[in-house]
Amino acid sequence: MSENTLTRMDLSEAVVREVGLSRNESALLVESIIQNISDALVAGESVKISSFGTFSVRSKNARMGRNPKTGEEVPITPRRVLTFRPSHVLKARVAGGAPA
Amino acid sequence: MIRSELVQKIAEENPNLTQRHVERIVSTVFEEIIAALERGDRVELRGFGAFSVKARDARTGRNPRTGASVAVSAKAVPFFKAGKLLRDRLNGEGEPGGR
Repeated sequence: MSENTLTRMDLSEAVVREVGLSRNESALLVESIIQNISDALVAGESVKISSFGTFSVRSKNARMGRNPKTGEEVPITPRRVLTFRPSHVLKARVAGGAPA
Repeated sequence: MIRSELVQKIAEENPNLTQRHVERIVSTVFEEIIAALERGDRVELRGFGAFSVKARDARTGRNPRTGASVAVSAKAVPFFKAGKLLRDRLNGEGEPGGR
């Protein structure tokens, strides 16, 4: 598997290239996309991006955990976790790409 | 929230851009992430999370209806891990007892 990592900068470069906005404006828009998705999730909403995937928030109950090092029992507080379910399109494109 | 609602929100925040423009911007961003994963690359968005590709070995699966074994070939699957900031925000960021 290749070790290349893309960041916000690469996404905003793509916007500069494809849409022709300024670097600064593109960066702000990428940030705004990420921010709007995050805010919806924090509000407890699912976010469904067609042909990409669905982000959803699941609530987990309190349970007893164990410190694996000491064997001590510790309570795990109830929490919300984020899951991402890739769309069929995304799965197919990743599975069909270069062998990992 | 669905894709069109996301587009609408961003269009509202940016009255200088048309809805069609925003649609292209949103599509470009997601397309860029998909293209990266297709190449086997990672996409790391600090504070939000990271998309990566995991390899799945070939295995023998079963048709749950008939019980017949079927060969499932090795493949790559997309994976997302939420970032610390977002995980914390989901749990009331830094509230006492809310780790």
